Amino acid sequence: MTLAEILASLFPEGHSVTVAEGLVNGEGPFRGGRLAVIGIDGDTALGVDGACRLAGYVLDVVRRGGATPILVAIDSDSQRMSRRDELLGLNEYLAHLAKTLLLADAHGHPTVGLIYGHSAAGAFIATALATRVLVGLPGANPSVMDLPSVARVTKLPLDRLEAMAKDTPVFAPGLDNMVRTGAVQAVLDPGQPLAEQIAAVIDALPADDTRDRAGRERGGRPVAEAIAAQVVREAALG
Amino acid sequence: MSERIIDPAAKGWATSWYEASARARVDGLLDAGSFREVIGPEQRRMSPHLPLFDLPRAFDDGMIVGSGRLDGKPVLVAAQEGRFMGGAFGEVHGAKLVGLLRAALALKPDAVLILFDTGGVRLQEANAGETAIAEVMRAIVQLRAAGVPVIGLIGGRAGAYGGGGLIAGTCSRLVVSEGGRISVSGPEVIETNKGAEEFDSRDRALVWRTMGGKHRRLTGGADAYADDTVAAFRQAALDLIGRAPAFDLATLEAEQARLEQRLTRFGDCRDGTEIWARLGVNDPEAVPALTTAAFDTLLASLGETTHDAR
Amino acid sequence: MEKLSFRHTTQRALAGAKAQAITGVVASGNLEVLLERALAPTECTVEIETPIRGYGEVWAAVVADFVARAQPGGLRITINDGGARPDTVSLRLLQGARLMEV
Repeated sequence: MTLAEILASLFPEGHSVTVAEGLVNGEGPFRGGRLAVIGIDGDTALGVDGACRLAGYVLDVVRRGGATPILVAIDSDSQRMSRRDELLGLNEYLAHLAKTLLLADAHGHPTVGLIYGHSAAGAFIATALATRVLVGLPGANPSVMDLPSVARVTKLPLDRLEAMAKDTPVFAPGLDNMVRTGAVQAVLDPGQPLAEQIAAVIDALPADDTRDRAGRERGGRPVAEAIAAQVVREAALG
Repeated sequence: MSERIIDPAAKGWATSWYEASARARVDGLLDAGSFREVIGPEQRRMSPHLPLFDLPRAFDDGMIVGSGRLDGKPVLVAAQEGRFMGGAFGEVHGAKLVGLLRAALALKPDAVLILFDTGGVRLQEANAGETAIAEVMRAIVQLRAAGVPVIGLIGGRAGAYGGGGLIAGTCSRLVVSEGGRISVSGPEVIETNKGAEEFDSRDRALVWRTMGGKHRRLTGGADAYADDTVAAFRQAALDLIGRAPAFDLATLEAEQARLEQRLTRFGDCRDGTEIWARLGVNDPEAVPALTTAAFDTLLASLGETTHDAR
Repeated sequence: MEKLSFRHTTQRALAGAKAQAITGVVASGNLEVLLERALAPTECTVEIETPIRGYGEVWAAVVADFVARAQPGGLRITINDGGARPDTVSLRLLQGARLMEV
């Protein structure tokens, strides 16, 4: 689905969501109230300027109050790779964006991520992965690194990596693998109205971060949940 | 390169932080004999994925977690071994840190200390590593909101890169040394993607002017600058525990203003030296060679490098 | 990965009461050695996992030499090798034994 199609399906009565330089911002009527939408469109890389603006939009929602949920719609590239962005402290800008989403979520604004296109690395972590629950649409393509680049860095042949990718969901890019890892909760149905599906997601929001449990149940992360739980059980102040 | 043997008789405070192993850093940082490791190496909870790539595993998957005391204060500690797989986040490595942060929520120590030394996500376990990083960031924010400061210590050879740089940005406070670098994309990745004109990854001085400890401290990307010794990191961590900003709307509003202002003031700068000049540094070219004492004097004269907006 | 395992008998138990020690790092040219006081006083086992195949005889010789020198009776020694040279392996094993003697 394109962003326009997604917005039409979310807001059949219309909306005020706009896109400027790849940054998405706005809202529409939703279940008697509003649903705020922020995000990235057009496979755009996320740099210091974009992250700063998006964070400002999130803080605007929090400042306005109410219990407006926030949909984080993502079709992005990775973080912008440039000298300028790192010089200016990109890590702080991306972390700040994630923090605003986490704050909003804790302050009565449930955050739902919707990955409908590409996303990767720092951009993915700062946006989609910073929401309370992340869902996807078929065809979405989250990745850490594309396989040819992985082949270059690990010095393993690409065909061998492709074969390995079939057996293990832990490293290869793709929506299904992120579902198995527990990062993506569910894949929505583009043939059904999105407003209802997003409403159902919001109604079923988990109280805690249960992504590692999902990872175990789905086979994408066989040991993470147990390891974290063991640390919780055994750590003690001395 | 030689490994420093942990000598139980010596305190090792003069030990170089950069050269020390993660274990030696934890041992030197905390009060003698106070460290209690959780899921230690003898449990052999290793990576289930590395054998697929014919790669050797580490007993602790390069992440050491446990509890101890810092000048008598109860703390939880996590330390990354930067020389194992570049300190990168794999499934077990990430889960240990997530577990530690969740434990801290229940135990309410005086602080959680994260000794960063990471290149980011471990490619061989990319999806697990990336998700763990997101879980860590969420857990840190939750912990901060509950009143427990999370202090990041950055001074190892891998720095805090990629997802590690993002996690660092969620900490209450950061200590950085000369050798510690903080960044999202690494120099080689920028060069591969944008060319050597954009970033010559072999130009070490450029790397440090752009991502290094002094630059981050000067621009407010870190809150304390430490000498490359365990003693200095210990003292800096102690100082920062009492000065951690609250995690609330006011703090994030202040950070928004700080980050917007940085873009306005320095958005057109091409190099670290230009930024330092605009900050009021008289001789920016001399900054990289400044001793810790001279750099501390410089910081004090600038004043504005310290803030509560993180 | 190649797995190797050696069992030795020593003349005596290793001095000290330390239950466990670890030294080294899994990195190129390096190795990690975990020592546990877990066996009968004159028994010693050394298990190795290494990505460099075909050096079984070299490992056997290094281990035998270490056992003869350090008399590490009672120790279960486990190694994760990152491709270390024999002299580095010897150094680590001796370092490890020294840590256990405390």
